[in-house]
Formats: sequence, structure tokens, C-alpha cells
Amino acid sequence: MQLTIIKYNAGNIQSVLYALERINVKAIVTDNVQQIQSADKVIFPGVGEASTAMNYLKERGLDKVIKTLTQPVLGICLGMQLMCKHSEENNTECLGIFDEEVKLFRPSSFIKNKVPQIGWNNIYDLKTDLFKHVKQNSYCYFVHSYYASLGNHTIATTNYMQPYSSALQKNNFYGVQFHPEKSAEVGEQILKNFVKNIHS
Amino acid sequence: MFNKQYSTTNTLHSSVKIGGVTKRIIPCLDIKEGRTVKGTNFVNLIDAGNPVELAAIYAQQGADELVFLDITATIEKRKTLNELVNKIAHHINIPFTVGGGISSIEDVSMLLQNGADKISVNTAAFKNPKLINDLAKQFGSQCIVLAIDTKKEEDGEWYVYLNGGRLKTKIKCFDWAKQAVDLGAGEILLTSMNNDGTKQGFALDITKQLAEKLTVPVIASGGGGTMEHFEDVFKQAKADAALAASVFHFKEITIPDLKRYLQTKNIEVRI
Repeated sequence: MQLTIIKYNAGNIQSVLYALERINVKAIVTDNVQQIQSADKVIFPGVGEASTAMNYLKERGLDKVIKTLTQPVLGICLGMQLMCKHSEENNTECLGIFDEEVKLFRPSSFIKNKVPQIGWNNIYDLKTDLFKHVKQNSYCYFVHSYYASLGNHTIATTNYMQPYSSALQKNNFYGVQFHPEKSAEVGEQILKNFVKNIHS
Repeated sequence: MFNKQYSTTNTLHSSVKIGGVTKRIIPCLDIKEGRTVKGTNFVNLIDAGNPVELAAIYAQQGADELVFLDITATIEKRKTLNELVNKIAHHINIPFTVGGGISSIEDVSMLLQNGADKISVNTAAFKNPKLINDLAKQFGSQCIVLAIDTKKEEDGEWYVYLNGGRLKTKIKCFDWAKQAVDLGAGEILLTSMNNDGTKQGFALDITKQLAEKLTVPVIASGGGGTMEHFEDVFKQAKADAALAASVFHFKEITIPDLKRYLQTKNIEVRI
């Protein structure tokens, strides 16, 4: 099986590669269109800023490539946000795979949470085989200032100021807001599920 | 009326766990020439083991994050640190921060490429605050931790110290922390020199001041000796995370015991 990680100007790609190594899965990191299209599965990682990342993808034609992939695709963190329709981060038009909106966490006088959310939080209302063997309310590691709203494609929910989508799915496209590569055993299970239990 | 509404809202929120991010327990590994060391009051270093092995044990025990501080960071040792970071990144499945002598975009870039999730800056950022801004722009605030070593003086004020606690400044801890957050620091790692190594408890007053007034998470460090000290720093001082070294290295407190204790005190932790 060929697993391909999309290389672009976003951080944390190495961490995803190492996490896959720990579960004995080999992957290649590339921005080569053909290698992405011919992969059995694709991971679209990312830590960074939405508009810069979208511009980078557009310059290389990767925006169109990602949208038209037919094999299972897993977006992580910014990767998932970029798969949504639009992000409030610098008012960025994104790939439009998921209908959900990406919004900024806005603390109020009632809810004074810190932004970004940094740390471990629960995931619940888990759906699809991406969460096979993962218990309700498992803890995952999150680092983000923007969140995807709840919607038809929500397959996991997390609360921070309000409930939001901690994972999304539409057809062959999956996205997680947390970092499975840094979420201890739970994260490893989710990566294993993507590799072994998700089929297009 | 306002108060009543607020408390009702609060109850509703807590029932659906709004803002469920947990308090974090962070073992710190001070690194000197590739080994873990820990001293008291910033001196008297004692060897405490292989950092990669210790890191893996802590991750397995349920540590939420790890911090590695290279206390002998010099230019010639930089390569060794990067190699160590790379080994750690391969072996552990939780986030980790690396600090010690970081002074440029290049330093940070190398550490992140080798698998560090965050870096911490201290003296170099104080001497050149623009560094925080440059790093935040380049890599994002989420991976820039500002470490502050602070000491309470006879006038009752907390001042910033540099160079691993050897150099006093005239700048107050809160003022520097606030400035750093405005410049883009994503977290503050606050070490009280009065408390560090004493095992008499964290510095609750300065931790509380920063945790309540800053918009970014505050990691309290220095003085954790008993499980009650951790309870106090979360409940009273509102710290987002607590960092300790020797109590974990010398197994005086184990992470699973500590987390179970905090859970019985209604502090949300990841178990």
C-alpha cells in the first residue's frame, strides 16, 4: 500500500511521518501531483496560516488535485480546515469539500477561555470507522485558534467555548482538528484505523 | 440578577463540559551534554538519566507534554541537541518543547525540522524582543513559548532574571510577559527562582497574576514537591499547566498517582 503525505509550506509534516513509523507504516512526503494521485491513501497535514497555505497550494495546482482525489484522504488540523468552504483566518476561500465554516474562537466576558486552545480535550459523538476501538470522550491533543462549526459532515465533536467539529467526513474525505500524531495511544489508533479500516 | 444569570449559565456550561481542555502535567528534562540533570536553586547538578528513555517512560505514564531544556547550549553543542531532538521525536507520541540558548530563526527551524513541536526562548528574546515577533510570524504563535526566570525581591516585586538566573534585570515579570504575548508568544513558561528546587510549592501569587491577566496559557514551574502543591497551582493560581523535574525523576511523585489525586479534587486531567 502506498501512503502519501502532501508536502507543502506547513509545519509538523515530520511528526506525522514519525508517528506512522511508530505504527510500522511507511509513507512518502511529496508535492508531486502524480505521486499524490496514484497513492492508495493521502494525508494532508498542516500547522500554519490558512491564506498562505491556500496560496501555496494554488500556485502548484494542488488545490484542484486534492479536491478531485478519490482515494481516502485525511486532513489534519490546518489540513482539515483547508478542506472546508471558507475560513475566517484572513477571510480565505478554501477547498470547499466540507460545507462547514471555519471560525475564530472568540472569548467573551462569560467564557474567558484562552486562545489558542492548547492541550488535551475530549472527542465525542464519534462516527465512522476512523474511530473504531476509540472510546467516547477519549482525549486528543489540540492546538488551534480557529474551529470548524458543527454540520452534516461532523463525525466527532469537542467542546471549547461551544461544541464544534473535531472531525469531519464526506465520501472519501476525512479531517481531524486534533493532532493524532501527538495524541498518544488514542492518536495511534486513529492513524491505524485510517490506514487499515478506511476504504474508498 | 446579573450574578444569578451568570451562575446559571455557568452551571449549564459545566454540565456540557464547555472549555474541556485539561490541566497539563509536564515533566521537564534539563539536558547537559546529552544527559538529564537536575539541580536545586539553579546549581548543584545531579545526573538523572538518559533523556530519551525517561521521555518514553513519562509519555507512557500519561505525561501531557514534555519540556527539554538544554542548559549547556553553546554553538558547538547545537548539533548534539538537534540529534537528541530527532531521537525523541521518533520515540515519543506526545508533544514536546525544546529550549536553551535559542537565539535565531535558524535555531528554531532546525529544531522544528528535527521534530520539536514548540521551542522556548528566554534571554535572547529579552535582549531582542523582535525575535518573538519574527518567530511567531515564521512558525506561528502556537510553537513559541516564552520562558521567564523570575525572582521576588525585597520590595515584594517579581523581576526578570537572565542567563539561567545569573543576571538580574530591572524589568518586572508581568510587564515582560505582557509585552511578549503582544509580540506573539503563544505560551508562558514561568519559573520562580525563589521556589525552584525547594519542593515547598509553586509561586502562587505571580502565577495567578499572569494566568488571570494574560490571554495565553501559563505553565507554572519551580517548587512542586507534593500533590497538594499541584492542586494549589491549578485551583488557586489558575495555571494551565504545571511543570516539575526532580519529583518525577526521583519518583517521589508518579504521574498516574498525581493525576488520580487531581481528579479526586475535581481538576480535569487526562487519564
